[in-house]
Amino acid sequence: MTRTLYDKLVDTHKVCDLPGGDILLYVDFHIMNEYTSPQAFSGLEQKGLKVWRPEAHLSVVDHVNPTRSRAPHDAASKVLIDNLEANCTKHGIAFYGLGDRRQGIEHVVVPEQGLVSPGMVIACGDSHTTTYGAFGALGFGIGTSEVEHVLATQTLRYKRLKTMLVEVEGDLAAGVTAKDIIMKVVQVVGAGGANGYAVEFAGVAIRAQGMAGRMTICNMAVELGGRAALIAADDKAYGMAAGKPHSDGLAFDSEQWASDEGAEFDRIVTIDAAEIPPLVSWGTSPDQSVSIEGFVPDGAADMTPKAKAALDRAIAYMGLTAGQSVQDIRIDSAFIGSCTNSRIEDLRAAAKVLKGRKVAAGVQAIIVPGSTLTRMQAEAEGLDKIFADAGFDWRPESGCSMCLAMNDDIAMDGERVASSTNRNFEGRQGRGARTHLMSPAMVAAAAISGHLADVRSFTPEPE
Amino acid sequence: MKKTIKGIAAPLSLANVDTDVIMPKRFLITITREGLADGTFADLRFDNEGEVRPDFILNKQPWTTANILVVGDNFGCGSSREHAVWGMRQLGIDACIGTSFAGIFYDNARKNGLALPIVSSETQGDLLQLASDANGGEISIDLETRTITAGDFKAPFEMDDATQTALIRGRDDTMDSLEYVDAIRAFEARLSDTMRVSVIR
Repeated sequence: MTRTLYDKLVDTHKVCDLPGGDILLYVDFHIMNEYTSPQAFSGLEQKGLKVWRPEAHLSVVDHVNPTRSRAPHDAASKVLIDNLEANCTKHGIAFYGLGDRRQGIEHVVVPEQGLVSPGMVIACGDSHTTTYGAFGALGFGIGTSEVEHVLATQTLRYKRLKTMLVEVEGDLAAGVTAKDIIMKVVQVVGAGGANGYAVEFAGVAIRAQGMAGRMTICNMAVELGGRAALIAADDKAYGMAAGKPHSDGLAFDSEQWASDEGAEFDRIVTIDAAEIPPLVSWGTSPDQSVSIEGFVPDGAADMTPKAKAALDRAIAYMGLTAGQSVQDIRIDSAFIGSCTNSRIEDLRAAAKVLKGRKVAAGVQAIIVPGSTLTRMQAEAEGLDKIFADAGFDWRPESGCSMCLAMNDDIAMDGERVASSTNRNFEGRQGRGARTHLMSPAMVAAAAISGHLADVRSFTPEPE
Repeated sequence: MKKTIKGIAAPLSLANVDTDVIMPKRFLITITREGLADGTFADLRFDNEGEVRPDFILNKQPWTTANILVVGDNFGCGSSREHAVWGMRQLGIDACIGTSFAGIFYDNARKNGLALPIVSSETQGDLLQLASDANGGEISIDLETRTITAGDFKAPFEMDDATQTALIRGRDDTMDSLEYVDAIRAFEARLSDTMRVSVIR
């Protein structure tokens, strides 16, 4: 019988069936951060439970720490950070804290450390855990009660998902990136269109992507509702998984980590790569995006009243006018960072646009490398200097920072941000803040222009 | 054992209500589950000065006492933060009726006794209308028969068996799963050394 990659991952990790149709799913590796784990540890405490396999967990500080300097910026954040360290010490769990060169955004750190390999099941109290699908591994976000469950049992109660295949065929046009692919998929499938599904990405344009691009794609699969994202493991995936601090001796080789030829999916979506332009979001949901050559929608004549109300609300929150050209949208800030787009490849792409150019007057531009090791690599390549010369604030510490503004990088009421992040929700980057999602190179183009701009009109400076 | 949820339902028809909206991040800097009621829907309930927004449905009579929400599509999308569900429970919400919920939110809800009956778009429309009537009276959600009733109105809802059982029995999943320690050990015994992640080396 033919099986999908998703089926294989679930089948090989099934411990047993549970009453009611759930299964007990074995979790090979579990990651924690300082903000979704405290109540899980206190739950263990209350129930008198131990951590089942302490060595199979890793904790990383990333959500609340400042990136301007190392010390926590307020007492409450310090409590969260210290609490995680204390819990890890108590239970014998590895902890990458502030000042540790392995620290960074959890989903950037894990591949750097060689802790993801094709065929694994990885859970984390963070929705963007879908990132690991880039390796042909099943990664998914869980809540705090489930963090407690996996600490105590190394398993999760799991309901098998339906499967969706997203085929992106053909070649991307110049200036179009992995970020544009996934923003297009979210636009086509809709913000909740993949609720209840595991989404496998396939096709020429996906295979052509490097691992950083594949991680960007799988990372944002959660924005269409996918509880899991997957890409068949190939030489690129195995290549990146190898040669890292923890990769030696790690192999899950019981299966070919790809869907069988002819495997059936519950839903198939096909997208022509050549038709994807550089995209920007205009609204307050990740599916509200448009070509950089496009316009803020003014609504179709046959719109339902419900849809019209939603459109009007998003346009009002964003402070835009229906029908206006998106290139006329002026920005106050630019942010490059987040688990979606802060890897070395992302930094290189943005630096290419910024080299020899200056951020527009009045625009505050921030760059937060995805991890401490990423920052060091970028500095070794001289990228920090390119960013700084252009007028970007090159942050010395790593973390989620302004993607969700849980640290002190908070956009003000009404502030408009061109952002390489994953969510443009109301209030995401600060109360009343207005987020426009786009690729890192497009953020660079917007920062230089002072308004949303087409990266394709910025030819790189000659070397 | 909880088989029926009854009470006043409030309409919240916005689509894609995300967990940032349900629980803004400034309420997340905490190591406990408590004290989250004020943070729930904070930016919808209160203005920038902390004053009550009189137009928001949960600030109006009779919906100030609502324990059921009828919600728009794709409710609970975004971040995995369980604080969103804890806060809703602390605000007195026992159920949200909608057409679709984000996966992590759905699982978090089940762990905290928040019922999420899934209905058709047509039923959602009917219930939004019923809930909008200030004199509409109570809605009743029967978890056992998977039926919603409100006066003469009656409609079925979907809920998977495991979630239904968990909500009715109100058991602790962690403790229940520890009854399967032998199966977990047997599974681990079959793992080759290369499949045993160890971060501490």
